[in-house]
Amino acid sequence: MEGNPNNEIPNTKMKNALLNYTLSLADNASVMSHRLGEWCGHGPVLEQDIALTNISLDDIGQARSLYQYAAEQLNNMPTTEKTNLFSDMMLNAKIAAGENLDEDDLAYLRDAWDYRSLLLVEQPNKDWAYTIARSFYYDAFMQLFYKGLQNSKDDRLKGIAEKSLKEVTYHLRWSSEWIIRLGDGTDESHQKIQTAINDLWMYTGEMFKMTDTDKAMAVAGIGVDLAGLHKDWLNNIKNIFTQATLQLPTDIWMQDGGKEGHHSEHLGYILADMQFLQRTYPGLDW
Amino acid sequence: MNTLTPDIVYKLLASVTDPEVPALTVLDLGIVRNVEVSEKGNAPSVKITITPTYSGCPAMDVISMNMRMALLSHGIKQINIESQLTPAWTTDWMSEEGKQKLKAYGIAPPYRKAADTLGLFEEDAITCPRCGSQETELVSQFGATSCKALYKCLSCHEPFEHFKCH
Ligand SMILES: [Zn+2]
Repeated sequence: MEGNPNNEIPNTKMKNALLNYTLSLADNASVMSHRLGEWCGHGPVLEQDIALTNISLDDIGQARSLYQYAAEQLNNMPTTEKTNLFSDMMLNAKIAAGENLDEDDLAYLRDAWDYRSLLLVEQPNKDWAYTIARSFYYDAFMQLFYKGLQNSKDDRLKGIAEKSLKEVTYHLRWSSEWIIRLGDGTDESHQKIQTAINDLWMYTGEMFKMTDTDKAMAVAGIGVDLAGLHKDWLNNIKNIFTQATLQLPTDIWMQDGGKEGHHSEHLGYILADMQFLQRTYPGLDW
Repeated sequence: MNTLTPDIVYKLLASVTDPEVPALTVLDLGIVRNVEVSEKGNAPSVKITITPTYSGCPAMDVISMNMRMALLSHGIKQINIESQLTPAWTTDWMSEEGKQKLKAYGIAPPYRKAADTLGLFEEDAITCPRCGSQETELVSQFGATSCKALYKCLSCHEPFEHFKCH
């Protein structure tokens, strides 16, 4: 930005891009965490119930770090720059009143169209195979993503990436083992996991799609070149599918939109569940 | 009152344990990164920097509160506890004494340098903390808390927990 006589405009743009970027990462972690948390008490065996809730807890932790960072960014913005960022009335009232926002405000007081999460993570648990397939696609992506984000010029994102990479490595190991176990298991388990990986395939393209925010962040050396991760991701999942005797889904049209706020009805139900308490009893604490 | 020094603060922190693994103090865990003591308005002020173990570890809030309590009960009122993410906490920071305490408590301590990461499906050979046998088997990568995995000893047949290398 050096040498730009009018520093204001690109600065505001960059600030918004960083905020959007941080929120979209936070939203992915939060929605994923919610979905996995729905299994709590319903896991097929105790160890797997514990595994799911452990992973869910890691995701909540990542979401918290990211929402905290997003809230700090917002709190450092002048009020005029943030009056029209969100559509929710409760959130906008807080902003207009000059209140400082925190992680909870961003998780609980944004509507579905303000959520920037991937369509993949809001897909329902359905059965064990769908849950595993969704985690596997996501974990395989996040492992590469956080590796890349470790080189971010933004110290906070770099720190979160460094910490989260350790966690997601365990997650990927778990979901990969299950893909192999189900694929190379009985006829029924093979059939179910093949169906699940086929059905969810259409949501994998969005992970590598560069929105304007992604592009701005990648160019600034803050974000990751998502398109550049695709080859490694494909190779990694192919390797696991081969061990699992599963067929890589054939190329089909990819559904996207979540990163720009266009969600399926599923996210609305998730948020209704997640946000009910704070919307009914604003500011309620334990 | 004697002048407060970081050494004294460290001694007070040595009484604060991890609520989920009570055998370990916060110093054994290696989560205390820095202690600064200064003077504010004629009273000592303490700033403690800690690094969380796992992102979502619910024990961290309790640990911070207990640290505060330990200092408050010694008349230190100005306490600032800050959390720092980078560099990320690693089990390499756990003290040798801490690892011995874990073992005595029945949890197999982390033994590998966390920096040399394993391949996707490679496994650590974990020694049973009860009988010392190396004939053990991973039951689940995830245990009762984020930091532990479940193992089973094939020699003495006891289940046990392993503090994961992280
Ligand atoms: Zn044994």
